[in-house]
Amino acid sequence: MPQIDYRTVRQISGPLLFVEKVRDAAYNELVEITMENGEKRTGQVLDTSNGLAVVQVFGPTSGMDITGTKVKFLGSTARVSVSDEMLGRIFNGLGEPIDHLQPIVSKEKIEIVGDAINPYSREEPSEFIETGISTIDGMNTLVRGQKLPIFSSAGLPHNRLAAQIARQAKVPGSQDGFAVVFGAMGITSEEANYFISEFTKTDAISRSVLFLNLSSDPSMERIILPKVALTTAEYLAYERGMHILVILTDMTNYCEALREISSAREEVPGRRGFPGYMYTDLSTIYERAGKIRGRNGSITQIPILTMPGDDITNPIPDLTGYITEGQIVLSRDLQRKGLYPPVDVLPSLSRLMNQGIGKGRTRDDHRGVADQIYSAYANGKDLRSLSAIVGEEALGANDRKYLKFADLFESKYVNQGFYEDRNIEATLNLGWDLLSTLPESDMKRVKSEQIAKYGKWKKE
Amino acid sequence: MGKIVRISGPVVIAEDIEGVRMFDVVKVGDAGLVGEVIRLDGKRATVQVYEDTSGIRPGEKVENTHRPLSVDLGPGLLTSIYDGIQRPLDVIRQSSGDFIRRGFTASPLNEGKEWDFTPSVKKGERVSEGQVIGTVPETGIILHKVMVPFGLHGVVSSIKSGNFKVSDTICTLDLDDGGKAEIRLKQEWPVRVARKVLRKLPPDIPLITGQRVIDSFFPVAKGGTVAVPGPFGSGKTVVQHQLSKWADSDIVVYVGCGERGNEMTEILTTFPELQDPKSGKPLMERTVLIANTSNMPVAAREASIYTGITIAEYYRDMGYNVALMADSTSRWAEALREISGRLEEMPGEEGYPAYLGRRLSEFYERSGNSIVVSDDERNGSITIVGAVSPPGGDISEPVSQNTLRVTRVFWALDSSLASRRHFPSINWLNSYSLYHDELLPWFNKNVAEDWSSIYSEAMGLLQQEAELQEVVQLVGYDALPEKEKNVLDIARILREDFLQQSAFDEIDQYCSIRKQYGMLKCIVELGRAQSIALDNGISMSQLQNMSVRQKISRMKEVKENEFPSYFEETLNMIHDQSKKILEVE
Repeated sequence: MPQIDYRTVRQISGPLLFVEKVRDAAYNELVEITMENGEKRTGQVLDTSNGLAVVQVFGPTSGMDITGTKVKFLGSTARVSVSDEMLGRIFNGLGEPIDHLQPIVSKEKIEIVGDAINPYSREEPSEFIETGISTIDGMNTLVRGQKLPIFSSAGLPHNRLAAQIARQAKVPGSQDGFAVVFGAMGITSEEANYFISEFTKTDAISRSVLFLNLSSDPSMERIILPKVALTTAEYLAYERGMHILVILTDMTNYCEALREISSAREEVPGRRGFPGYMYTDLSTIYERAGKIRGRNGSITQIPILTMPGDDITNPIPDLTGYITEGQIVLSRDLQRKGLYPPVDVLPSLSRLMNQGIGKGRTRDDHRGVADQIYSAYANGKDLRSLSAIVGEEALGANDRKYLKFADLFESKYVNQGFYEDRNIEATLNLGWDLLSTLPESDMKRVKSEQIAKYGKWKKE
Repeated sequence: MGKIVRISGPVVIAEDIEGVRMFDVVKVGDAGLVGEVIRLDGKRATVQVYEDTSGIRPGEKVENTHRPLSVDLGPGLLTSIYDGIQRPLDVIRQSSGDFIRRGFTASPLNEGKEWDFTPSVKKGERVSEGQVIGTVPETGIILHKVMVPFGLHGVVSSIKSGNFKVSDTICTLDLDDGGKAEIRLKQEWPVRVARKVLRKLPPDIPLITGQRVIDSFFPVAKGGTVAVPGPFGSGKTVVQHQLSKWADSDIVVYVGCGERGNEMTEILTTFPELQDPKSGKPLMERTVLIANTSNMPVAAREASIYTGITIAEYYRDMGYNVALMADSTSRWAEALREISGRLEEMPGEEGYPAYLGRRLSEFYERSGNSIVVSDDERNGSITIVGAVSPPGGDISEPVSQNTLRVTRVFWALDSSLASRRHFPSINWLNSYSLYHDELLPWFNKNVAEDWSSIYSEAMGLLQQEAELQEVVQLVGYDALPEKEKNVLDIARILREDFLQQSAFDEIDQYCSIRKQYGMLKCIVELGRAQSIALDNGISMSQLQNMSVRQKISRMKEVKENEFPSYFEETLNMIHDQSKKILEVE
């Protein structure tokens, strides 16, 4: 089909271009925009009817004018070239190399709006990933093929935690390591450099594909970046049989870009001005994690988001939590106490934990110990606020033990070094050590035979 | 033939579709995507499309099928997994791979498979709509009944027996109005109209779920409605899974509406391995799955709830008790909102369309314990358990509120309970069951005569505990009188040893109603015994040493068949040990 240059832009509004007299632009069709000075931009059709197409521009619209701008409809939806050679390389949000090396030449051009995985084809994720971090391995276990976001806030060390996970993650007893697909949306160059230097230090960089969209880059690219990153991840996982860890940071910036488009289109806003379809939109990102029956690879996702105002009920963490399989929540309180990683285990959760733990995977007592610690720590924290009112003396002797337990748990179990890689055995035993400071008769979540086997209580 | 003039996401506007009526199913574009007409304006029709519209252009054709959105009903539904518009996902996998491609059509029922049909009427017999004319053993558990389609009355002119495919004619009728009709194993029902029933009966039999907090404290009747709202991570899905595993209904329809793909996989992998407690056959043999995960097209999510309830009605009409799990109705409501927004309708509360409340109540009204349209006035029921996912866990939002207005049981999931791993995290103070009084006679008759007194004593203790907690906040635990310490003590045992129940423990995941009664009785008896001891000057700290307390806390781990003797022992120990303490004094 001959491609026509349309010079019929009627209106430019924020990131949107309204092009008239277009005969038959396809929905979601890719668009090339040439400005009067010869600069090129990429865009996508958001709404199409006889005579009018609404085009979303990935990139700034500054300098565009109504008469001189040429628009070309490319006849296909957005695609990205993928190949093994992408490993070790750095790209922008549209999948174009920005490391000044040669472009990716590949016959495989894949549509970035991936079709949904048939639920019938999915394989239940069940391989335990050892991250070496007690609060994750012991209490909120990550498994291969899971999507487990980190809910953080401004000023908390989510990047360090993500880097530590990327460095330490392994499946015990398995030879295949993880390759990392890293998608950065609207983060600062300092943060991006931090990740790059962390990956370089451990030589993980040769097994990584980086997609960078920094704060100074066009915000509209953030809309498309996770899709490009995940398309690459899917290719490496399902076509090349690799196990991929996808780190996406910061999803908050993605959602804000989505809101920007929505308001430019004058859509009816939902909560806090975010569009009503944000749940569906986020799910098309998060649901691309998983495993497929009969294929080797897997995609494990660790999206990072910062909660505006530390508020977990904000639509961004809220909708994310409804889609992902749990969440790791970082707490400012723990951070203030100087603990790293400041993971607050109480609101944290891994929904796929039960599939990945227990006899033959980690250890038979894993579920019980985790539940027992949860309930003891929750109890200890309640007592902490109670003792702030009535004083520690007004508590019973038993209660004081729980109070002590909460402190011990934070300083010994939660707290660990940035380079400390605790194996699961050590984490579970540490749990029993801590529980042994409590009365044995209170151990209702663990089975009697496990107390006998692993308990550290002194026999009378 | 119609032509597309505009595309905006799942909403397509087309012109000149021939003979178009509201809610006709149309094929959109050259790819033949399935869509449904939802608005007519002059020669323009607005279509919601059940598949991704990327790449579709204005000018492409739109074809009318002249049929409303319907489901195919017949043997083979059980053990199947469908998407929101009843396309079989296993067949899609075979022919289009691991990712769902667009424009794919497949017959919902296996057209090639033969079923063994045994007629139950004879040639020359008069039959009427809804009457069973024969049966097919569909799975090891369920006998599929072949019914006369609605609107048909007449005399059987021929009927066959033997092996047939779902589209084979098995019976012909000479109709009363002079025409003829052929009956096949499969029928087609529109999904958006509720199937009519003769009348609804008052619900007076509980749906036993094997979950202690539900059966004992907040029971639901067969044919009832439940709302399960809760923030993320509070265990909605686990509750729904537990119910679909252990509830004593004959059929389970599980609608995964806009939720996670891996959750459907979990059902697909675990259900075939789990045994139905009654028959010992795999649970999958009584289950139909509808999976429209969150990343699948949003319009099909809207339809999935109706597909599910229509399948439920079909089995209800056969005379079965059906339980329908909808997880989650909030996602369905959001799909409505998204479509409504694209139609540029005037939004109601929080952007939801003004008809949200009506659509929700229409859906829940399709539940009930009913006498179905039939010659023998069969009785069947549909119980609906709808999960609600309120933003931020705040149930003042429109979906929760509209749901609570039409449902009669409310299980309030509580994130603070969940975060201390108290599961199921159903808050015993906020939840309610309006079936409670209607069901009490059943419990008193079928479980134990003192059921109502044991229940109200236990519930009373939990409520007292909540009040006492506030006092403790002010004065500390040690300042409480001994009697009140006893209340706190027993309430704690109730919470930890009765209300908490592990969904993943082999023994604890299902607790029979007899065992529930036994556990509750032991705990309440312990409270009574301790109270008498305290009256006689014994202190709480002395009572804490009774070894029977350990025995009570291990009741969960006792197998069903060993429980009766364990129960007797425990009860005796309570009385012996408390008596002994009194004697020592």
